[in-house]
Amino acid sequence: MKTLTYREAVRSALRDAMNRDPRVFLMGEDVGRYGGAFAVTHGLLAEFGPERIRDTPLMESTFLGAGIGAALNGMRPIVEIMTINFSMLCMDQVLNNAATLRYMSGGQLSVPLVVRMASGGGRQMAAQHSHSLEGWYAHIPGISVLAPATVADACGMLLAAVEEPDPVFIMEHATLYPREGELDETSGAGDIRKAAVRREGRHVSLLTYGACVWKALEAADRLAEKGVEAEVVDLRVLRPLDSETFLSSVAKTRGAVIIEEAWRTGGFAAEISAQIMENVFDLLDWPVQRVCGVEVPAPYAKHMEDASLPQVEDIVAVVEANLV
Amino acid sequence: MAEFRMPVLGADMKAGELVAWLKQPGEPVQKGEVIAEVETDKAVVEIESMYTGVVEKLLIEKGDKVPVGTPLALIQTEGPEEAPPVSRVEPPPERRARPAGRPPPAPAAAGRLRVSPVAQKLADEKAVDLSKVSGSGPGGRIMVQDVEAAIAAAAATPAAAPAAAPAGRSLRMRQSIAAAMSRSHREIPHFYVESVIDLSRAIAWLSEQNARRPVAQRLIYGALLVKAAAVALEKTPELNAVWAEDHVELKPAVHVGVAVALPGGGLVAPAIHDTDKLPLDELMTRFRDLVRRARAGRLRSSELTDPTITVTSLGEAGAESVFGLIYPPQVALVGFGRLTERPWAVEGRVEVRKVIHASLAGDHRALDGYRGGVYLAELDRLLQEPESL
Amino acid sequence: MTTQPARADTAGETKYQLDLLRQMLLVRRFEERSSDLYQMGNIRGFLHLYIGEEAVAVGAMQAFSPEDAIVSTYREHGHALARGMAATSLMAELYGKVTGCSKGHGGSMHFFDAAKRFYGGYAIVGGGLPVAVGLALADKMLGRERVTACFFGDGAVAEGEFHEALNLAKLWRLPVLFLCENNLYAMGTALAVSHSVTDIALKAQAYDIPGEAVDGMDVLAVEAATRPAAARVRKGGGPELLEFRTYRFRGHSMADPELYRTREEVERWQERDPIPAFVRRLRDLNRLDDAGLARLEESVKQEVEEAVAFAEESPWEALEDLTKDVLTS
Repeated sequence: MKTLTYREAVRSALRDAMNRDPRVFLMGEDVGRYGGAFAVTHGLLAEFGPERIRDTPLMESTFLGAGIGAALNGMRPIVEIMTINFSMLCMDQVLNNAATLRYMSGGQLSVPLVVRMASGGGRQMAAQHSHSLEGWYAHIPGISVLAPATVADACGMLLAAVEEPDPVFIMEHATLYPREGELDETSGAGDIRKAAVRREGRHVSLLTYGACVWKALEAADRLAEKGVEAEVVDLRVLRPLDSETFLSSVAKTRGAVIIEEAWRTGGFAAEISAQIMENVFDLLDWPVQRVCGVEVPAPYAKHMEDASLPQVEDIVAVVEANLV
Repeated sequence: MAEFRMPVLGADMKAGELVAWLKQPGEPVQKGEVIAEVETDKAVVEIESMYTGVVEKLLIEKGDKVPVGTPLALIQTEGPEEAPPVSRVEPPPERRARPAGRPPPAPAAAGRLRVSPVAQKLADEKAVDLSKVSGSGPGGRIMVQDVEAAIAAAAATPAAAPAAAPAGRSLRMRQSIAAAMSRSHREIPHFYVESVIDLSRAIAWLSEQNARRPVAQRLIYGALLVKAAAVALEKTPELNAVWAEDHVELKPAVHVGVAVALPGGGLVAPAIHDTDKLPLDELMTRFRDLVRRARAGRLRSSELTDPTITVTSLGEAGAESVFGLIYPPQVALVGFGRLTERPWAVEGRVEVRKVIHASLAGDHRALDGYRGGVYLAELDRLLQEPESL
Repeated sequence: MTTQPARADTAGETKYQLDLLRQMLLVRRFEERSSDLYQMGNIRGFLHLYIGEEAVAVGAMQAFSPEDAIVSTYREHGHALARGMAATSLMAELYGKVTGCSKGHGGSMHFFDAAKRFYGGYAIVGGGLPVAVGLALADKMLGRERVTACFFGDGAVAEGEFHEALNLAKLWRLPVLFLCENNLYAMGTALAVSHSVTDIALKAQAYDIPGEAVDGMDVLAVEAATRPAAARVRKGGGPELLEFRTYRFRGHSMADPELYRTREEVERWQERDPIPAFVRRLRDLNRLDDAGLARLEESVKQEVEEAVAFAEESPWEALEDLTKDVLTS
């Protein structure tokens, strides 16, 4: 067991994957000489050389598309899109090629591509650097979407993703990079199909992913002081969604609060809420609640940005209003 | 003779209007030559003949709007047909309506009524006893229309007007209890067995426990009784069941409904979930919470419909024994009378012991009297070893 | 314009050229038949005919070997046939049958054949260029001497992806041969309305890529330009661009009322129809007579009719298989 940061865990997985499989290579803006916009790939250029750590020009559409082509033709590329906000430039390649080539070709082609992107707000980076669009990706059939929240998952999920035959999109919340945690370096590829119960509880299910998992855990601590035992479910995999885990949780606790940074309207939380309604309607004591982003482009000023995002107090307040 | 039909000229085209014929009967036409002008939603388009030959007959006129595929003209072709006369394509498979979504899984809770929130709301407002309403919805769920039907049926047989009708909530409570008790009496063939249990050891043990506790966390003997009543079911699980029309359904989990008297009169018996598995402190905490919320009128509907067996206790005041009515669809009711001191035979001598009368009401459709006796014996045995609870 | 390379054996050359003619005839008759079938409602969705451009697909395709990769656009029937995909599987795909090359999942715009390294079939203009760059990247990283042939139209040249792809292919010295089929119109938008610089071959210079304009109505000229370019690219010389100047005689798709060009312009280009032009040339060289031409037409007609019969009699995909090919596992 080792204590390291989330970014070091990702780096460790990248290094591991590249060492095990000569087909794996990295492509993205500033992944090489700059050391990575979030310092994830720091040192990898020196270690693996420019053939395998490729700095791309600023052309998200074409270098993501090139990742698709390379994956079609025998390589295992890991493409880094600096932030999910910039991925709007390559959405066409994602949807119309990566996700659909297998289906359109009648099953002849597979695209074993991994794409990593930084997501989310909370660092005063303003409206073109702070959004959470995981739900848009999770909407698309033909790909997987992962949201590692822990250091162990930052490493294990990437190692598993590299072995998948179909495209995998890994959304790393930007505030998680410096977070420390434990990693068992021998554990290898982790699970990329199931959600995880991070904290057990009897009274309410808090369902969430990414950085909000930590807010939910903190909210659970505060609720425990008031005698409310909250169960925190880290969804981990947004597509394919592990419904069984969160439905079992809600069947046990009879109440659910879904938390995500994405804007409330049409957000991914609505999908989870609908599934709860469809499957465990009779077991609910109160309507499913959502704590989401406010309908505003990400503000810059701290107090405004904080107000626009789900906070621990918001989660606690919603639970109290319905349970206590 | 070839039939020239209205062509599909675009993905969305459903029909076209003839603007002009550019060929007349008797005129020769080549394949690919423009034969007419047709207007679609998007534009006026020149259409080309698919056949080489002589125009025999025009079948539609200028201004006619016809669906795609309608014959427009007959062309006398030379030699074999250019195109196959009729399509050999089988129609694609029929699309069936998708199934409505997977049926909801069986609920984990025991004895829980399936009732829609809106039906529950109406039932609460109108004091309808849901246990006697049958559900017409999926999985036997009680829907609004079922509750409305029950209300209508009740209205059809009006009760004698009460002398002085107590207002609001109390009235509804009374009505609800009346309905439930009447049904119980009407439908359930009750039998009763009773035991007198020596609680001296238990009480002594409790005092010792409580001496070490702050006041707020002291246990009352009622908690012991409820716990023992729950654990004893292990021996006779058939008491932890519901009667479903014509058969018993055993329930996997034990949720004891504890009868709580309400200040304005009336009684509710909300569930303590998994009673047999709770440590006494926890049970005590839950019980206190239930009492508080029951008296404030803030119980959850699940708590009211979840009990698998009910325990009623008369506490300090009240009679020595109670023979109660079972809450349908449960099949048993445990009743405890007042804790009293009575002479007790101990190895041939007479001593004074703290004793309690414990009764079991059983639904004779589901249970036999013998089993009731076994249950009470087990209850007694457990209460002699309070530390095990 | 480049001259055709000398060939040692005239009989071999005759056979070769007659085969080129047959390939062009196959494309032409296949497209004409598809047009009729579309109007009769058997082919649905969109149909983008290649009529008039046959010399480009057939001529260029001679330069590529089975190991090379082909990326095309939604106007791909000519490329698919020239690449050797069976007319039966293409017609079945147009009909939407499960025996189609893409199991009926794509229709006219999405032909794929992994064995023949035919990588689609893209309906997003310019959408195939990044994929072509990636295919070439993999070949280079894995040390394989191959070319990725990337066909696209003048419309795609306006998309950002064209510029990004040329830039990246040059920067990383990737074996992509960019093949622009300039038929003067992006749907209904003429070259001059789309491009501040209409000389497409010239644009390659901005990326230090050799660019050459070629007469796209002359199958031998196309072949003569593509073969050496492909050879250079395959050997690792870096990307190149060829601009084939051609014309489509039919509308953009079946629904196109062609309001943006004159009938006279179409007729002028039809005088340069690559198929009659090549027939004349072969007759002049005494390599083709009426009987020979009739035999070729009959053979092509049979092949097309067999394809239609195959498509008509083929089964549909089962409804139960609706989500089968979404993921690999």
